[in-house]
Amino acid sequence: MTGRGDRAVNYVILASFSLIALYPVAGIVLAAFQPPGSAAGGFSLPSELHLANFAEAWTQGHFASYLRSSLIVAVSVVFVSTLVSIMSGYAFGTMTFAGNKVLFYLFLLGLMVPLEGLVIPLYFDLRALSLTDTYWALILPQIGLSVAFGTFWMRAFFLATPRSLIEAAAIDGARRWSILWRVLVPFARPAVLTMMVLIFMWTWNEFLLALVMVSSESLRTAPLGLAFFQGQHVSDVTLLAAGAVIVALPVVVVYIFLQRHFIRGMISGSVVG
Amino acid sequence: MVRSTASAPATVRTTWSAARARTRADAAPGERRSAAYLYILPALAFYGLFVLAPFGHSIALSFFDYDGISPGSWIGLANYKELLADSQTRGAFVHALVLVVFYAALPVAIGLLLAASLSRTRVRGLAWFRTVLFLPQIIPLVVVAVIWRYIYAPGEGPLNEALRATGLSGLARPWLGDFSWALPAVGIVGTWVQYGLCMVLFIAGVQKIPTSLYDAARVDGAGALNEFLAVTLPNLRNEIAVALTLTIIASLRNFDLIYLTTQGGPGNATSVPAFEVYNQAFEVGRVGFASAIGVTLALIIFAITIGVNRIAEARS
Repeated sequence: MTGRGDRAVNYVILASFSLIALYPVAGIVLAAFQPPGSAAGGFSLPSELHLANFAEAWTQGHFASYLRSSLIVAVSVVFVSTLVSIMSGYAFGTMTFAGNKVLFYLFLLGLMVPLEGLVIPLYFDLRALSLTDTYWALILPQIGLSVAFGTFWMRAFFLATPRSLIEAAAIDGARRWSILWRVLVPFARPAVLTMMVLIFMWTWNEFLLALVMVSSESLRTAPLGLAFFQGQHVSDVTLLAAGAVIVALPVVVVYIFLQRHFIRGMISGSVVG
Repeated sequence: MVRSTASAPATVRTTWSAARARTRADAAPGERRSAAYLYILPALAFYGLFVLAPFGHSIALSFFDYDGISPGSWIGLANYKELLADSQTRGAFVHALVLVVFYAALPVAIGLLLAASLSRTRVRGLAWFRTVLFLPQIIPLVVVAVIWRYIYAPGEGPLNEALRATGLSGLARPWLGDFSWALPAVGIVGTWVQYGLCMVLFIAGVQKIPTSLYDAARVDGAGALNEFLAVTLPNLRNEIAVALTLTIIASLRNFDLIYLTTQGGPGNATSVPAFEVYNQAFEVGRVGFASAIGVTLALIIFAITIGVNRIAEARS
């Protein structure tokens, strides 16, 4: 086999699979720009860019409200999860204490346990506390699930941090609390950003939790809102496409700017393990 | 994990191995500090209250006959016995197995095909390909469902139109409403979501394999196939384990797509355990039975995660 032949095969394989990945996504974006109410058959190029679908989805579909709910939930979850994950990761990564192994395995369980395995009692328990149909029901469980990952992520980072960095700061008389926030966290910025990006994506995309917990329309998150919107406008392809684009856009924009963090975070197991 | 495309298990794998390598775990965490508990407390509180406690509660509920309203009654293992005996529930687990082929086996095979081809050469513009290939992973599954419902739409959906245009109009059908085609149709959506992840994983892995290994294989007169079997495949062991863990879990935790495309139908043709948990608890009102399905699903996921990684470690 010649190098050139191999290379051509590579490009053909890569290009075809990239096209297959891109085609349905591009198709729904194009459909959103078709004249309202048209069939958008076969993902053709629109003759001109119609924005009417977006306007109608925005007003009729209440997507402004859905996006606001999603934003409130996602920002709260990311902020709190990041804060407490950094703290627990710091303890697991730099300190020794009785029961650290047991606690470590306990958190490990949280990476595997599926939401399907706990969403039922979660609903009944939160209902008993009158917390269902509030933002709390979306935020608190999502933090619980995120800190399991966050603790591991930050623990791995702190384990790999040079001890000299911590010791040097300690010699300067800094206390552990300020070593963490003044010395280590600035040093950890890329790892923290990766963690935040992943938690943001998981929170933004979450559907089952919102479906179970929320019944008021004003509290619906973007994915839940889109699901209801789909139920109401099954046959209106262009309107539905506009709604889908609105819901996906925030995550896709973050992905475009921070794609390395997404990819590195999601495949990290292979890199470290 | 609340993640739609379960991703944290990649880290499970990492930390699982790290924890098992005793020396490292024992040596690493510096001085003895009781302040550690204070640092862990907030995370543990959230995790304990909103994950561990409900999961424990779920296990407890699975031993009850409970409709969510009137007080439940203890029935021991009856829910689990029914889960094994009831053909509809058993069917849901069989469907999940079929989906494993589409969500895990196919994407890993596609990824390996690319890895085999990529192992000998360098590719320009890889970053761009990677960005596009990974895109289906980050899009909300609700949006993925909207996209594919449209593609599969009965009558004049793009897929049916394309089939007619190529003279295959006999194949056109309402894909998601067809008793024999609905499950593979949903499966293909899973393949579409997952193959990019496998490709990106394996591309990263293949590029870390020292070229000297390939040179040595070539000196020994190995052909492309032997080279793949002797060098590429064994050196991708870790990446394959990660890919299998992620994709198999995604195929088992398949609520969003099923709920939004077929609702388990037509009939029960696409019903899966993750959907049955929701359906039995919140539509049928059999909370105890639904909990038993959820706990069983969790146990299967634990077993697969640990099993796949044990196998990968044993071979290394």
